[in-house]
Amino acid sequence: MSETIGIWIAAALTIMILSFLYKDNPFYKFAEHLFVGIAAGYILALSWHNTIRPNLTEPLFAGKDWWLIVPAVFGVLLFSRFIKSISWLSQWSLAAIVGIYAGLAVTAFAEADFVQQLHASMLPLFSADEIAKFQQHPGIITFLHVTTNFITVIGLLAILVYFFFSKEHTGGWGTIAKFGTGLLMMGFGAGYGYTVMTRIALLIDRIFFLLSDFLHIL
Amino acid sequence: MKKPFWEVISTLDKRWIFLSVFIVITLPILFPINLPLKASEPVKKFYENIESLPEGSLVMISDDYDPGSKAELYPMTESVMYHIFKKKLRVVIVSLYASSPPMTERALNVMRTLFPNIKEGVDYVNLGYKDGREATIVEMGRALQKAFPTDFRGNPVGNIPIMKGVENYNSFKALISISVGYPGTKEYVQYAQGRFNINLLTGAAAVSVPEYSAYYNAGQIKGMLTGITGAGEYEDLIGRRALAAKATDALSFGHVFIIFLILIGNVAWFTQRHKGASHE
Amino acid sequence: MKRTVPIAILFISGLFMIVQYLVPHYRVNDAAGVIQQWAIIITAAATVLGVANLIRVSLDQALTKKQDWMYKWVILVALVVTAVSGIFWGVEPGTFCNDMIYFNFYTPMASTMYASLAFFIASAAFRAFRVRSWQAWLLALTAVIVMLGRVPFGRLLWGDFPSLVDWIMNVPNTVAQRAILIGAAMGAVSTGLKMIFGIERSWLGGSE
Repeated sequence: MSETIGIWIAAALTIMILSFLYKDNPFYKFAEHLFVGIAAGYILALSWHNTIRPNLTEPLFAGKDWWLIVPAVFGVLLFSRFIKSISWLSQWSLAAIVGIYAGLAVTAFAEADFVQQLHASMLPLFSADEIAKFQQHPGIITFLHVTTNFITVIGLLAILVYFFFSKEHTGGWGTIAKFGTGLLMMGFGAGYGYTVMTRIALLIDRIFFLLSDFLHIL
Repeated sequence: MKKPFWEVISTLDKRWIFLSVFIVITLPILFPINLPLKASEPVKKFYENIESLPEGSLVMISDDYDPGSKAELYPMTESVMYHIFKKKLRVVIVSLYASSPPMTERALNVMRTLFPNIKEGVDYVNLGYKDGREATIVEMGRALQKAFPTDFRGNPVGNIPIMKGVENYNSFKALISISVGYPGTKEYVQYAQGRFNINLLTGAAAVSVPEYSAYYNAGQIKGMLTGITGAGEYEDLIGRRALAAKATDALSFGHVFIIFLILIGNVAWFTQRHKGASHE
Repeated sequence: MKRTVPIAILFISGLFMIVQYLVPHYRVNDAAGVIQQWAIIITAAATVLGVANLIRVSLDQALTKKQDWMYKWVILVALVVTAVSGIFWGVEPGTFCNDMIYFNFYTPMASTMYASLAFFIASAAFRAFRVRSWQAWLLALTAVIVMLGRVPFGRLLWGDFPSLVDWIMNVPNTVAQRAILIGAAMGAVSTGLKMIFGIERSWLGGSE
């Protein structure tokens, strides 16, 4: 019985939100604000049970780690921004958060997004294996594989040339930048294609729910 | 006076497009064609990576998505767990998204019906959600039990059999990040993969796949499920066609319809633009 | 004092987090672990702050009867019911917060919010996607190839379609993403260092 009520509630909320596609209306507004309230309440409950209680209050009040007073104080100081006269104290907590995460980010970005990516781009311009494969089975795909390393190395340099805005993109420099632009456009096109896939997949799931769990057609 | 066809098209109310999308997606769901799937390279690598792990190996799943993305990622969670339990591996599940743990629990519920012999605390444990994002990722590489002192139900981690001897990422043969955005796979690549030399696999929402391709081709990610089609291909490989495989027909029609809309929209714009130019 | 102390906190914590990556000594590792655990707790407090701010703003709009004020009461009631039921009666399977609120309210609404984007992407494809230049042509062509090739239709049209898509993802797309990652990494490192060394102070807010 409760499962049936739950499905009816879920279906009603689904239709309320989809009603926005016709026109903005009070049902949609109600569902939208309900969603915001529930999401906020839920994250509060999860943070309490999964972080604040096991990582702070339980060890602190059990006397296991008195140093936890420090993050507790920093956490409380964040709320000082609600009182204008002492709102400057919240900047201490903000400084701690920003400092810790900025410090972690500097090395993480440098290693994973810079060094590793450059390392993966250090390739011979043409692969003997791919050339041999093309000679054995000439075709569009095997030809594209022959160009792989060349595009990877030269293409990366071309895109970096495009990103270098201190020099005007004219002449030979401009031609290289145009090649880089072309590759960027292909990357964005691939991104668009995959974004469409995500959006449609999400809609398919909702239609499945309406047809299967709610209307019992499937 | 009757409007010319292309003028009608170019000024069409968007609600007709919404209705068309709804019909195009619904019809293949009602009348499935069951188009065949063939696994792509990243999906094969994902499958082979887990398939190569010996029985009893410990793996970690990081479920990092909200219900808004469950259409693509929940089928991956179920399929990955199915593969893990079929291979008789053990799994520790964590989450960096507050709204993930209930979906993890639901998937574990399904697994308990399919594999009645698996025991919580012995074959699997859900450690739940943790704030902290990147700090949590790095701390798991140093002292996982300090980052997660209790599991999702509040039981102390030290008392859970599967967690005995688990200190950090070195205890796991693979880390599978099923993620939609921030924090997720990208953060695991940046903050954990290189630093702790992790065998990182990812189940990614399609929208993230282009970005993760750079990490995959650099060898930082060893295998990747690419959106709902990747999830469907993976279901085919593990021999359990479920939620994702069913969506492929509707997805195919949806894609073709979007291509049709781009084409029609541009033809309409082109004809109207030339008509406007010829009137000058 | 009001500016010096936070800048000093940021400098010390930031520099230490960089040093702990480079120095594998166990004492440095242990200290880093403590800092990381503190960061987890402070971030949780920031989450609570965000919710508190939402309550403050919604309550203000509801009590002063600003536009759509009735809906602000919906936010507040939903927030309180969810938080109270979750905190006091738990969030595990079998509880009201999990079984009723999460699966019958939160999940369908979140899923539908994102699902409605499919309609808007279709509308945008029809009304806004205009191939006016060679760059747009390239973008559109790549998008069409990827959309066709990643579904079974592509393979039915041409057997090598999936291989073409794989090549596009592994080569032009990877190169583009790699360049963006490298550029973003340079920006992130320079911004991070500027903040740690006190050159960048916009996070402090207000005038210098």
